[in-house]
Amino acid sequence: MLTIKDLKASVEGKDILKGLNLDIKPGEIHAIMGPNGAGKSTLGNVLAGRDDYEVTNGSAELEGTNLLDMEAEERARLGLFLAFQYPVEIPGVSNLEFLKASVDSVRAAQGKEALDSVTFLKLARAKCKLVNLDQSFLKRGVNEGFSGGEKKRNEIMQMMLLEPKICILDETDSGLDIDALQVVAEGVNSLRDPNRSFIIVTHYQRLLDYIVPDFVHVLANGKIVKSGGKELALELEEKGYGWLEDAAENGAD
Amino acid sequence: MTDFHNGLLAVKSDESNSSLSAITALNKSGAESFLQQEIPTRKTEAWKFTSLFNFTSNEEGYGRLAETHSAAGLDGITTIPALDAQRIVFVNGQYSEELSSNTDHKSVVRFSQANEAQQAIIADNLGTAIEQEKHIFAALNNAITTDGILVHIEKNEQLKTNIQITHITTPQAKPFTVAARLLIVLETGATATVVEHFASNDDEQNCFVNAITEVKVGDNARLNHYRLQLMQEGSIQMGGVHIDLGRDANYDSFQLGLGAKIVRNDINLNHNVGGSHCEIVGVYLPQNKQLIDFHSNIEHKVANCTTNEVFRGIMADKSKAVFNGRIHIHPDAQKTLAGLSNKNLLLSNDATINTKPELEIYADDVRCAHGATIAQLDEQARFYLQSRGISAAEADVMLSFGFINELLENLELDAVRNLIRPLLAQRFGRDEELMKHIG
Repeated sequence: MLTIKDLKASVEGKDILKGLNLDIKPGEIHAIMGPNGAGKSTLGNVLAGRDDYEVTNGSAELEGTNLLDMEAEERARLGLFLAFQYPVEIPGVSNLEFLKASVDSVRAAQGKEALDSVTFLKLARAKCKLVNLDQSFLKRGVNEGFSGGEKKRNEIMQMMLLEPKICILDETDSGLDIDALQVVAEGVNSLRDPNRSFIIVTHYQRLLDYIVPDFVHVLANGKIVKSGGKELALELEEKGYGWLEDAAENGAD
Repeated sequence: MTDFHNGLLAVKSDESNSSLSAITALNKSGAESFLQQEIPTRKTEAWKFTSLFNFTSNEEGYGRLAETHSAAGLDGITTIPALDAQRIVFVNGQYSEELSSNTDHKSVVRFSQANEAQQAIIADNLGTAIEQEKHIFAALNNAITTDGILVHIEKNEQLKTNIQITHITTPQAKPFTVAARLLIVLETGATATVVEHFASNDDEQNCFVNAITEVKVGDNARLNHYRLQLMQEGSIQMGGVHIDLGRDANYDSFQLGLGAKIVRNDINLNHNVGGSHCEIVGVYLPQNKQLIDFHSNIEHKVANCTTNEVFRGIMADKSKAVFNGRIHIHPDAQKTLAGLSNKNLLLSNDATINTKPELEIYADDVRCAHGATIAQLDEQARFYLQSRGISAAEADVMLSFGFINELLENLELDAVRNLIRPLLAQRFGRDEELMKHIG
């Protein structure tokens, strides 16, 4: 599904990703954990196509197509979805209008016709219900005045509407209380599919109690320094990241 | 005295004199004041960024009234759908019985139809909120106005029905002048909503609309005032609103500058007694070669008054906008709260904005904030939209729309929002069908 090879990226001249490799097969859930400043958020942003990051080496292929040459919107249309750590507030643009423009664009890229307004409204309302967001959120400005949890649920709702192939959740659990965490996890689990893969970027093991990963990777100092099964997350919870960071630095140079 | 001055004054003849002595007296003092003022040029401080060349250089001049006033085919642009209002409509400056729907002559009356009591109100108030020596086009209006509209709301009356005053123009054989005058007087404790609406048919326009509105909001009274400029691009409009606020009075207003070739609006407001509040929201959206200029001046003469002023504009193509927002806090105006914000987006390299907030503070116990920004669209927001499959170009359109739409969301009259939204949607190419669901 998604193959990342020797990916190096920098921001404002500072190297953040220093040769990252990752191979994700259809249907798999990969958790990426690691200390602050390891490059976790950079990975999501680089894959999604944010301009601030400069890719200096490597490739990231989604079903054989190199994403790194494409505009952000082209990647989204191809089936990549990034759930933002800090979803952006856009006052004056209604959530509903935004969602429809988004779904229309992705459908158009797939050669499908745009949904008519009434059909779309029904669909959006149904998805709202699934993530426990009141329908009034459709009329409000995009993320405008939403609480942290509401913003994250809005991200999951977008994911449900766009039905992407690869979903990257960038610290979606940060700032969530336990109820919101469960709603988000249920949303993700409902989207689990043999043809859909997930990258769950998280700081804590807690989210992985609800979304059980197939693989856990530790990202430290711009590289994946250790990979394992779901039990690795528990080990990290217990021992912290220090021992792996030391190992990474010793091994790197 | 120049041809320009004489030409514009020529629209009023002795035969057109009002029977009201207050108006003929105003005409006289207006003409004197107008003749003493030079045509504004780029050297005139208040007109530094607004060239009147395309107006003053017109060879035929605008010094005549319209010859025709046919209401045929104008019904569609006259009405504001779903607005429950009594409507007074003028076509090329002349009152149109056919298009109007006013029945409440107690609250709304033409100067020429005013009864004795109403004549007394006109005499007491007309021209009193205006410093004509500072505003050449207000002086002109004083000089040439012969009829106008009086909105008078009696003490403690809460007027339920909105008042809509519409000026429609259609092209004439030669360029012409429309002198529009509105006097709004709210007595103590009165409330009303007035929608001023300037529109034209679709043809190339050749009018000069000189529109002056005077507002006197009494103690504890509240006016909700909309002023919508939706003319075609050939029009020229000069004028503004002059407001006096009584004790604890409220003035809530929304200004829209969408049409016309050259528009200049002066908004002058006086906090005269104390405890009054004004909220002035404005939007300007020039495109092609349009020039839209809003000059506001808020005088905090006394203590405990508040002002909140928010203007936003988007300049496209080779258009230009000018915003000058002055708030003057006098030495006695302690405990003033004043905020002024002006944000602008430039959509093309050939578009221009000249913005200048001016806070003059002579009292020490006040809270004032002001800011003016000229920005490109927000990169974070653009990336967010792109990351959802929306093209950069469409994202820009959505964000521009949102930038303005944000201000519309707070409008009290749904009908006005619903009138403006499709116009915005059209300009920014949005899906009108979907917008209905957002409402």
